[in-house]
Amino acid sequence: MTVLQIVALALVAAGAPAVVAARDPLRQALMASFYGLLLGVLFFTFAAPDVALSSIVIGSVALPTIILLALAKIGDKDS
Amino acid sequence: MSAGGGAPQRREGEISFATRRRLFLVSGVVLAALMVWALGGMPGFGDYHGIYGLLLNRVAVPEEHATNVITAVNFDYRGFDTLGEEFILFAAVLGLALILRERRDEEEGPPDDDATGRQVSGASVAVRLITVALVGPTVVLAVYIIGHGAITPGGGFQGGVIAATALLLVYLGGEYVALRRLRPLPLVEITKATGAAAFVLIGVGGLIFGAAFLENFLPKGTPGDVFSAGTMQPLSVAVGLEITGGFVLILSEFLDQTLVLRRRRGARSQ
Repeated sequence: MTVLQIVALALVAAGAPAVVAARDPLRQALMASFYGLLLGVLFFTFAAPDVALSSIVIGSVALPTIILLALAKIGDKDS
Repeated sequence: MSAGGGAPQRREGEISFATRRRLFLVSGVVLAALMVWALGGMPGFGDYHGIYGLLLNRVAVPEEHATNVITAVNFDYRGFDTLGEEFILFAAVLGLALILRERRDEEEGPPDDDATGRQVSGASVAVRLITVALVGPTVVLAVYIIGHGAITPGGGFQGGVIAATALLLVYLGGEYVALRRLRPLPLVEITKATGAAAFVLIGVGGLIFGAAFLENFLPKGTPGDVFSAGTMQPLSVAVGLEITGGFVLILSEFLDQTLVLRRRRGARSQ
């Protein structure tokens, strides 16, 4: 296992609880986006660039966007 | 998360905090022990015995002339699976459009971003500049990733989502008006349907010119060339079209929902 792989694994291990620890949905969406990027880096260091790309486009772009849009809609309804 | 807040108020029949903690500790210890046991039995790091994977790694380049073995699996060896996955997304987007369209008709109105005297301030100059500068490279990157599916990592799916995010950048930096002009929805729907149909048609082409559905029937060229690997590159483009159309539709539907509601609030406050 290379140093890069260990660093990536450690970041992912730290990132997942960080997403859960963020109680505010807005922060949580941004953390989830960042976590998707971390997962991408992890897959990349383990020689799986295809999976890394998929993880980045879905985990850090598409999913947080949908959550943000849903939050915007819910927030509008509340006010 | 009331762990730090002392003894929380408790209703009749509810489990007390102490009981809950005891339950967690017991199950946590059991789970940890099981995990350690399972980890002890794992194969060594980097140990791999997948015969299928090893075989494909060896034969994909000489057999299919695709230097990206993942794409060879997705669009050739297991192309039929990809067809199913593509239509899962197709059905999902259709369902989404169907459900949200009904709601949108109920509250139809011009979104506030293109109404005169709007309340919501636009993006700052910095955001505008960065997003405008990023739109071009994003589209180029998407085209690159879709077009090189059989050669380098990526393919229609990843590239398609990247292409759709270019639209998101336009929304972030620009006006809703520009967004509307950039995504004529009928055209987007046609793009998506064309992608889905093209995949099936290329598959049928295999039936006509080759032996089986999705059989590679185009010249395979030199491995590493853009025009190589036979039907994989056209299939990648087909998936790219479908995913781009699908994600633009999803984003548009969600954006419209949000923006229409925002306008209603703006109208009340005027």
